[in-house]
Amino acid sequence: MAVDVGGLSPYDWGPTIRAACFGCGKSMKKIMVCLKRVVDYNVRVRVKADGTGVVTDGVKMSINPFDEIALEEALRIRERGGAAEVVVVTIGPADCQQQLRTGLAMGADRAILVEHGTELEPLAVAGLLLKLVEKEHPDLVIVGKQAIDDDCNQTGQMLAALWDRPQATFASKLEVDGDRIRVTREVDAGLEVIEADLPAVVTTDLRLNEPRYVKLPDIMKAKKKPLEILAAGSLGAALEPSLRTTGYAPPPERQKGAMVADVDALVGALRDKGFLG
Amino acid sequence: MTAARNQTSAEDETQILGAIQAWVEREVRPIARQYDHADEYPHHLVTQMQELGLFGATIGAQYGGLGLSASTYARLVTIISEAWMAPTGIFNSHLIMAACVERFGTEEQKQRFLPRFATGELRGGLGLTEPNAGTDLQRIRTTARRDGGGYLIDGTKTWITNGIHGTCFALLTRTDTAADPPHKGMSMFVVEKGPGFTEGKKLEKLGYKAIDSAELVFDGFRVDADRLVGGVEGRGFQHAVGGLELGRINVAARGVGLANAALRDSVRYAQERKTFGKPIAEHQAIQLKLGDMATRCEAARLLVEAAAKKYDAGERCDMEAGMAKLFASEAAVDNSMDAMRIHGGYGYSTEFDVERYFRDAPLMCIGEGTNEIQRIIIARQLIERNPA
Repeated sequence: MAVDVGGLSPYDWGPTIRAACFGCGKSMKKIMVCLKRVVDYNVRVRVKADGTGVVTDGVKMSINPFDEIALEEALRIRERGGAAEVVVVTIGPADCQQQLRTGLAMGADRAILVEHGTELEPLAVAGLLLKLVEKEHPDLVIVGKQAIDDDCNQTGQMLAALWDRPQATFASKLEVDGDRIRVTREVDAGLEVIEADLPAVVTTDLRLNEPRYVKLPDIMKAKKKPLEILAAGSLGAALEPSLRTTGYAPPPERQKGAMVADVDALVGALRDKGFLG
Repeated sequence: MTAARNQTSAEDETQILGAIQAWVEREVRPIARQYDHADEYPHHLVTQMQELGLFGATIGAQYGGLGLSASTYARLVTIISEAWMAPTGIFNSHLIMAACVERFGTEEQKQRFLPRFATGELRGGLGLTEPNAGTDLQRIRTTARRDGGGYLIDGTKTWITNGIHGTCFALLTRTDTAADPPHKGMSMFVVEKGPGFTEGKKLEKLGYKAIDSAELVFDGFRVDADRLVGGVEGRGFQHAVGGLELGRINVAARGVGLANAALRDSVRYAQERKTFGKPIAEHQAIQLKLGDMATRCEAARLLVEAAAKKYDAGERCDMEAGMAKLFASEAAVDNSMDAMRIHGGYGYSTEFDVERYFRDAPLMCIGEGTNEIQRIIIARQLIERNPA
């Protein structure tokens, strides 16, 4: 992989090669996008009284926003002729069909639900996704960099490792050039540009794109698109947990503040509390 | 009328309302205050509404629409109104025009107009009210006189929503000025702007800003006979009244949206603003208001749902739609006033949204039949359904 840390000029690579290549008719057959059903980002999350999880009954559920960005990117690649098909997949209970339907309404061609009733760890999810990859043979897998519920930020990386294919995480720009991709990544030092051979796994950052809103007629049309349901147990992936969640608790309530008269009093108060040496 | 009506599954409704909510949060809420204050028509929102399919929301699927039930449509209208009530007028009266054609038009008229209404290629509304006749529709003066194979239309309509930017209207006229009672001589036409049909000036309003309410002027405007809805003269009054049940459910749904918005802002503000050392939400004076406001919201929503459910079942619901419209519009007015009291000076300030709710809410009490008329309709139905 070529690595170029630092400034990125869009002129040194993109437009010319892209024009040459997108015109040459060489495009991917299939992009697979993985969606996760999560509590909607607008909902104030509450912990269950018994501390076994967060309340999801009667709570609005949505596609994980980073995954929505992943789907939007796949659709844009397909719409400019870079791919023939976009498949959305998810793992979870039957209710996850709602999020797949939303994905189909956004424009995905078909959907696969791997039905499973209980919480899965990132490694188990990656293992199941690998089975789907082996079944579907996508040229590119795009997933959100993390889900907004558990913030694991592991699934994409683990899938790439299990699949033994390149990974490009935290993408803020994705360009496809025949059987290679060039990905701009947001890292602490700035922007990093990497190239990778396809097939590969890309995980998306917030600034990659702004997803389209769903059009109502497309919701109706999406009902006719294929949605395949597979039982998680039938795929032969290891689902046994290696982690145990011991409890959930809300963050402590913010303590009431105190007003101080001036800077000296502030310094004194901070010193009293041991925040200053 | 007991015709089969549109039905929407719970699953479809969840998807549709989710999509609308996402659009509202991204596109509508952020611009509401700016466009309202500038009284500027939101052209780009109209383009988005077209893409979203809103202009075909209640039009049957066989004519290119979404075929949403009244219940789902009412919830959709409420969601948009919670952010900004005015844009719902752009598709609301358009869809009443479409419903008039779909329920009462000839098959040829349905094929000709409904697909173009559904895409928003042809947009418009209802042309009923005149300078001297609103609630008392039988007193309208606009005439349509037979002229060869068509009609010549003369008269003036006013307060026509979408009058400037719309191009197509369901127009109520008198084809027989000698008829007694007058409604037997009234006929509805589908008319598109052209020579002899011009729009007057945009009317300035207290609220409901950014949306064009205008005069329509007809001066020897010629239409072909195939523009007469249903192809038979003398049915226009029934056509106009037939759309009012759905129209009133829609106005009620807007009232629920405004009442909810006033409550939502008040609940937030009452916890942020402090007086006498504690958030005002802890003062009984504010709690009494919040209690009333929340109860009004819930009651208004339930009345709208009950009326819409009856409508969807194909049952007569003029009394129920009237109750929903009456209560929900008054709830919007009362809640916007209470929200202003809770917000104090900030409620009166144009830097907050409460003043907009306060200006928008009274429209719901006046439009689509005044609340005074609603009470009379309710009372008459009550007596008719309960003979002594």
